[in-house]
Amino acid sequence: MKFLEEKIFKMVMIGAAVIIMGVLIYILGTIFYKGLPSLTWEMISRIPGGGFYLGKEGGVLNAITGSVFIITGALIFSLLISVPLVMYINFYLPPKSILSGIIRFSLDILFGVPSIVYGAFGFALMVFIGIRASLLGGIITVAMLIMPIMMRSLDEIARLLPRDLPDALLSLGSTKYEMTKVLLRQLMPGLMTAILLAIGRGIGDAATVLFTAGYTDNIPTSLNQPAATLPLSIFFQLGSPVEEVQNRAYASAIILTVIILILSFSARYFSSKFLKNKS
Amino acid sequence: MRRIRHVKDMAARHFMLGIAIFTILFLLVMGFSLFFKALPIMKEKNLWVLLTSANWKPFKGDFGFLPYIISTLYVSLIAIIIALPFSILTSIFLNSYASKGVRRLFEPVVDLLSGIPPVIYGVWGTLTIVPLISNKIAPHFVDFSTGYTVLAGGIVLAIMIIPLLISIMLEVFRSIPSEMTDASLSMGATKWQTVKKVILRKSFPGIIAATVLALSRAFGETMAVLMVCGNIAQIPHSFFDACYPLPALIANNYGEMLSMPSYESALMFAAFLLFIIVVLFNGISRFTLNQIEKKYQFS
Repeated sequence: MKFLEEKIFKMVMIGAAVIIMGVLIYILGTIFYKGLPSLTWEMISRIPGGGFYLGKEGGVLNAITGSVFIITGALIFSLLISVPLVMYINFYLPPKSILSGIIRFSLDILFGVPSIVYGAFGFALMVFIGIRASLLGGIITVAMLIMPIMMRSLDEIARLLPRDLPDALLSLGSTKYEMTKVLLRQLMPGLMTAILLAIGRGIGDAATVLFTAGYTDNIPTSLNQPAATLPLSIFFQLGSPVEEVQNRAYASAIILTVIILILSFSARYFSSKFLKNKS
Repeated sequence: MRRIRHVKDMAARHFMLGIAIFTILFLLVMGFSLFFKALPIMKEKNLWVLLTSANWKPFKGDFGFLPYIISTLYVSLIAIIIALPFSILTSIFLNSYASKGVRRLFEPVVDLLSGIPPVIYGVWGTLTIVPLISNKIAPHFVDFSTGYTVLAGGIVLAIMIIPLLISIMLEVFRSIPSEMTDASLSMGATKWQTVKKVILRKSFPGIIAATVLALSRAFGETMAVLMVCGNIAQIPHSFFDACYPLPALIANNYGEMLSMPSYESALMFAAFLLFIIVVLFNGISRFTLNQIEKKYQFS
């Protein structure tokens, strides 16, 4: 009897795992199947031409460059804050300090704050300091969104670093600041993973940039111009009643999906490299 | 020369401490600014009325959030009910049954499911789930449904929270000392009996914490749900009614509300509400999970 139960539940569990895997394949398959026929070089290499939203010529280069600009800016912002913070809680503060506990706890909570709330807060902040929906606004808001992600994944890896390395450096007479610089080099693969995860989350999120970055058919040339983003471009094209435009939304969805696939696999590559160095 | 090195060290230390304090304060700053933005509407209307009235006519000054709150709860609960069994079964499978190879094969699956952007889930939902509901499922129960329904939102959301549930549950299962499972197995219990009597019982608080965390993620999810749930401000009465969750309300109305101060304040109230609930839920479940992890480190 108990062996029968064992068999049944094993089947059910394998079934559940297979279904989850199947759903992933189904999602990717659907996107590629619907989008591939409309995916042309023109889609990637041109900005929307006249009548683009009625099905005429053009591409989504405006959205691709907008997304790249925003994520680059946000990345620089958040690196400047994340790296020192993670170094501080791991190598400056004593191992079981209360302060680092509080910081990690608030990072966990910030990580859970929905992107739409970051969007609303970012917008309120922009009104407060007097900037309009622009590249800069998008950069600030996306930076807030990706900072907790970056800090948490970097922190996870920094915690794995063997403790005797900092001790050895300190005993050679280096200051903590010099020690940190050496340790950071050790953490490079981990930092790469953190960066790639943060890019993945930031580039795909629409709710943060919806009111903070605006939308435009052109490539932004300065920080206070509005910027289009890939997720919003997909969303707007999908809302069109014209069939060609909808098909282009699917093609744009392929572009975004491929970016995410590349980011996700390289993040795993770098993290496995780090773990290999460890053992 | 030596002095410069130490000055640098001190400067770096203070800079880092500054950032650390900023990070902790950031949460408070965000909460307070949303609160102050929401204050006008809370002064104008009774808080109780805001939360329990179903009357939403912003241009007449009526702001009843009940339809949005019910919609959010409804969609999130469906998502949890669908996602939970799949996640628990899969995590048990990966933890106790699967070989190392299968586990490694599954890692990118979880990675990708959590990495796919909400918009892509939305596109997929409108392409597959919405027509499925409209053509195949709904006709058995109701006369007509567009497919843009509570159920569609729940299904898409369920898939989006599965990776979060699986990764947290795997961590919780891993925190159970192997002596316990070994003891059970050596007494002649089958693997499933061990799972049922030892692993699931031991990790119950962790599973609850993971569920609460996933629920709060579901509350805040915007784009994917917005694209498949119909966005009609009503209290949904069945799976096949359209609904309008809070995040979608904020996302859809942001552009047009600037001309009306009370409308803007009302939307900020929605954001504040989401913020408070999510912070509360996250706080509780993260605290529980940290406790579990600590116990494991000492044993």
